[in-house]
Amino acid sequence: MTDLHHYLFVSGLLFAIGLAGVIVRRNIIVIFMCLELMLSAANLTLVAFSRFHTVNGLPDYNGQVLVFFIITVAAAEVAVGLAIIVALYRARQTVDVNDLTSMRG
Amino acid sequence: MHPALFYIFAILAVAGAVALVCFRNPVSSAMAMVASFVGLAALFVGLNAFFVGVIQILVYAGAIMVLFLFIIMLLDLRVEQKAHYRGPIVAAGVLLPALFLIQLLGVLQNMPAEDPEPLALREASRQFYNPDIESPSEQSVIYQSLSDRKDPSLPDVHLVGNTLFMRYNFPLQVVGVLLLVATVGVVALSKKAAPGTAKPPQ
Repeated sequence: MTDLHHYLFVSGLLFAIGLAGVIVRRNIIVIFMCLELMLSAANLTLVAFSRFHTVNGLPDYNGQVLVFFIITVAAAEVAVGLAIIVALYRARQTVDVNDLTSMRG
Repeated sequence: MHPALFYIFAILAVAGAVALVCFRNPVSSAMAMVASFVGLAALFVGLNAFFVGVIQILVYAGAIMVLFLFIIMLLDLRVEQKAHYRGPIVAAGVLLPALFLIQLLGVLQNMPAEDPEPLALREASRQFYNPDIESPSEQSVIYQSLSDRKDPSLPDVHLVGNTLFMRYNFPLQVVGVLLLVATVGVVALSKKAAPGTAKPPQ
C-alpha cells in the first residue's frame, strides 16, 4: 500500500529536482519555474502529513490551510517576480544569469 | 488511493519535473511544469485533499502557467546555447540534491511504515453537532454530510473553509493585504517612468 514514506520520497525527489534546476539552469525564468516546483513539493509533504495525522477521524486541516496560504503567497510571488524580470529585461536585454553579475562582489 | 494510481501520478509528476529541468526551450519547460503540477494535484486528490487539488490546478496549472508563457513570449526568448553550462556548476547541481536525497532516505528508513487510518466520518460529525439548533434541517452542512445515514461523505471544502475562517481568520486578512501590496507593487514596477522625471539608475 501507499504509506507516508512514498509521499515523502516523491516530495523530496521533486524538491531535489527543483534544487538541481535552480543551480544548473542559466535562464532566470526557468530558475523561477524550478522555485515554484520546490514550493509545490513542500505542499505535497504538508498534505501527506495532514492526511496521515487524523484528528477525531478527520484529516488535520491545519496543514491544508497552510498549503492554501503557501499557494496564495506563491501566486503573489510569481506576479512580482515576473514584473521584476520584465523590468530587468527592459534595462539589460537579457535573462541569462551569467550576464547579470553587477552585484557580484 | 490505489497503489497503481499513486505510481502513475507520481511518475507523471517526477517526469514532468525532470523534463522541466532538461528542456532547453523555455516554452517546453513551462508545458512540462504543467504536467508535473497536474500529477501533483492528482496526488492531493488521492490524499482526500480535494480543495487543495482543485486550487493546485486552477492557480498553478492555470494562472501561473499562463503568466509564465505570456512573459516567455513577450520577451521572445530563444533556445539556450549549450556552451553556457559549466562543469563545476552542473556537478554542484547534481551533487547537492543527491546528498539531500541520501539524507532523506536515511531518515525514512528509521520511520515505521503505516497505512493511513481510515476516516471516521460519523464519529467526527459529533464535534460539529450543535444542540442549540432545534430543527435538523438547519444543522450545519458539515454535520449533515458527515452523518448522512446512507452515504456519509467528506465535506472537504466546508471543512477547509471552517478552519480558515474560524481559526485562521486574522492570517487570512493579512494574506489579503499581501495580495493588495503585490498588486500595487507590480503596477509600480511595470509602469514606465513619466517623461520629464529622472530615469532610474541602470
